[in-house]
This record gives sequence, structure tokens and C-alpha cells, in this order.
Amino acid sequence: MAQTILSITQLNEYIRGRMDADPVLTQVAVRGEISNYKLYPSGHHYFTLKDEGSALKCVLFKGNALRLRFRPENGMKIIAMGRVSVFPRDGAYQLYCTALALDGVGDLYAAFEQLKKKLAAQGLFDPAHKKPLPKFPGTIGIITSSAGAAVHDMLRILRKRYPLSRVRLLPVRVQGAEAPGEIAAAIAYANRYHLADLLIVGRGGGSIEDLWAFNDERVAYAIYESQIPVISAVGHEPDVTISDFVADLRAATPSNAAELAVPDQDALRQNLDAMSSAMATVLGRQLKSARQHLDVLAQSPALRSPTGYLEQREKSLELLKNRLVSAQNASITRKNQRYIAAVSKLDAMSPLKVLTRGYSMAQTERGEVLRSVRQVELGERIHIALGDGKLSATVMEKKEEGK
Amino acid sequence: MNQSNNTFEQSMARLEQIVRAMERGDVALEESLKLFQEGTELVRSCQKLLDEAQLQVKKIMTAPDGSPVEEDFQDEP
Repeated sequence: MAQTILSITQLNEYIRGRMDADPVLTQVAVRGEISNYKLYPSGHHYFTLKDEGSALKCVLFKGNALRLRFRPENGMKIIAMGRVSVFPRDGAYQLYCTALALDGVGDLYAAFEQLKKKLAAQGLFDPAHKKPLPKFPGTIGIITSSAGAAVHDMLRILRKRYPLSRVRLLPVRVQGAEAPGEIAAAIAYANRYHLADLLIVGRGGGSIEDLWAFNDERVAYAIYESQIPVISAVGHEPDVTISDFVADLRAATPSNAAELAVPDQDALRQNLDAMSSAMATVLGRQLKSARQHLDVLAQSPALRSPTGYLEQREKSLELLKNRLVSAQNASITRKNQRYIAAVSKLDAMSPLKVLTRGYSMAQTERGEVLRSVRQVELGERIHIALGDGKLSATVMEKKEEGK
Repeated sequence: MNQSNNTFEQSMARLEQIVRAMERGDVALEESLKLFQEGTELVRSCQKLLDEAQLQVKKIMTAPDGSPVEEDFQDEP
């Protein structure tokens, strides 16, 4: 029997060729439980899938792993998709996975809960970290698809509500494997170049898979690290994504985000009118009270009849003058009476008055009043004053009393 | 910088300040008249800014050096 002897390499390559040509093995989906899971620094994942009776070696290379929506763990029941082929070095066949999905319902839900828990633990949803939104955003950055209805809805509402804003659209893909990276990069880019005062990140409604980019942790971190406040606007009202939790504000829909982003010019105009009338009211009140004050002043006698006022003052001046004069007269009369009394007292003591009572006064010719007989000689002339005239006499005799 | 938006924001802030000051009631009549005049002018200019505003929409593209470039974006039919 002529047999061809093969090298091991030749045999393994032969088997690989056969397997790679097999339509079943090149595209297979297999259900099993993960064990021996290992993530290598290279980014490749290695694990074994097993059921009750068998095991299958699996590898998920980095490129495909990037699309994973959950982190594989031992014991997880999954469905692995890929092709079965040979690893010639070991002579072993394995499943080269292109995608993994959690088995059964709740695949995405489980991934969502897993990520939510992780990010919550890292503080990404911390209310204290949330930034206030600008009241009058000068520039609004919209990070979404430039093709969808969402951007047009937002622009229509922004135009209607607050056309003073400017919009900068940063177009990104919002679904598919590239979407999370693009969205995260756009957020970082807007921050790096200070492109806006406020960012709206989102997309219109779709299936849960369509919205999945907004449940990506890269997007979550980018929102968290944004210095510019972010409104998350994904899908319809009931849709909740991780982005909603991290964002500074969650909008139910893109249209709602546009409403939350800017003030409404109708309300602003009303506010302007209200302030206008408030100012007018205050000023009107102030003018009225000033006018009333003026009226009170105008009622005062001084201003109402200036001459009357003067006449009145003149009268009272006159009155005061009269009082002054009569007071003065009374004082003069009193003084007069005292003067007359003093004069009559003085008069009573006058020597002339004494003479009228029968006394007389003798004087020498030199005018000396005679008090003593010794003052004159016999034959000397003297003058005698009486009450009603004078006599001249000659001393005829002198007699000293007591001698 | 969006100048008209800044002007609007500052005008609104000043207006609120004026109304508060006037409503506090401790402003003399002469000062009140001045505030009223200033406020009325601000109201008029704010209304004018709103009347004349037109939402400007630009698309951001990236230049070869990585810096942003604005392009017109037509969203209205």
C-alpha cells in the first residue's frame, strides 16, 4: 500500500482547508456557558464554551471585541457567532468568534444594568457634578446625525424660541459600531476648541439597538468630562440611556432638548412688557406722591396769598410795637412818680423851706453863715435871709449865752 | 462670541436690576426718572434684538490641521 506520508503541518493545513470550505463551519452560532475566560493585554479574549457534555475553545479578537455590549464573565450563558477553524500550531480547532450575545432575553438589558452599576459606582451620575445650563446660550453645539429628522426638529424649535442663539452642528454617526467613538470624540472636540456654551447630544427614536451608542461608556465618560454643559436627548420619552444619567440635563426627545436649551422669546417679550409696566407703575406712583406733596405745599398760607400773609405779619408786628410802647410809657410814669416823691422829700429838707416856717439865717458880709456870736464884731453889717426876702442889719449888741 | 446674545443677556440683567431698584422704593424721583429712561431704552433694544434675530446654523468640519472649520448648513427647504 503506497501511502503518502505527510508532515504535521501539511495535515493541519489540509484539515484547515477542509473546514474553511465547509458552509456550516464558516458561519455558525453556538450556545454555551463561558468558562476559563481570559482577557489578554493584546485585547483578545480567550475562553471555553461548554454544555453538559462538551467543551469548545473560543477566541474573540480585539477588533470584534470592541463591538461587545457586555463584559464576558465565567458562567455567563451566551450565543457565540463565528467560524470554526484550526489553529495549526496546536492542532486544535476552535471557534473564531465575530460576535457574542447574551443568551435569551435581556441581553442588552443586562449589559445596560451592568454598565449603569459600574458608572454609578464611579460617580458619573453624581448630582453634585452636574453643571448649570446657561440662561442665554450664545452658541449651542448639536452633536447628532446631520441627516436625521432630529436635527431639523431641534433647529425648527430653536429658531422659533430663541433665534439670538447660534447653532454649530457637529455631525456624527448615531448608530453602528463607530457611533460611540464619534460621539465621544465630538464632545471632546467641542470642548477642546470651545465650540459652544451648551451641547445637545442625541438622536431621534429607534429600536433599542439603534439607541445603543448612547449606552456606551466612551460616550458616558466624554459627557462626564465635558466642561461644556450637556443635554442628553435620545429617542422618545420612555427611552432611557446611560447618557441621560450622566448628562447635566436629560431631555425626553431632541425637540424637548431644544426647548430646555433656550428661553422662549414669547415669554421674554412678556417679561419685557412686565418690566416696562412695572417701571411705569413705580414712576407713576412716585410722580403722584410728589404731586400730592406739592399740593400740600401750595395750600400753605404763605404760598396761597403772599400779601395776606404779609398783612397778618404786619398786624402782629404793630401789636408788638404797641405793647412795647405802652410798656415803656408805664415804666416812664413809674419813674416820674418816684422822681416827684424824691423831689418833695428833698424840698421839705431845704433851708429855704425852714425859713418859711419862721426861722431866719444870718450871714456875714463874706457870706459865712452865722453860728456863733463870736463871728461878728459890734457895728458889723450882717445879712439876714427870711422866707420871703433879705434884710441888712448892723450888730448893735452881743451877748454870749451862759456868760 | 455672539455679540447680540451677549448684549441681550446683559440688557436683561440690567433691566432686572433697574426694576428691582425702582420697586424697592428708596430711589429719589430724579434718579427714578433716569432709571425709567434707561430701562425703557433697554426694553426697546431687547425687543429690537429679538425682532431682528435670525438663527444662524453652521456645520463644523475639521481642517487638515485638526482645527474646526464652519460651513453653511441648510436645514430649511
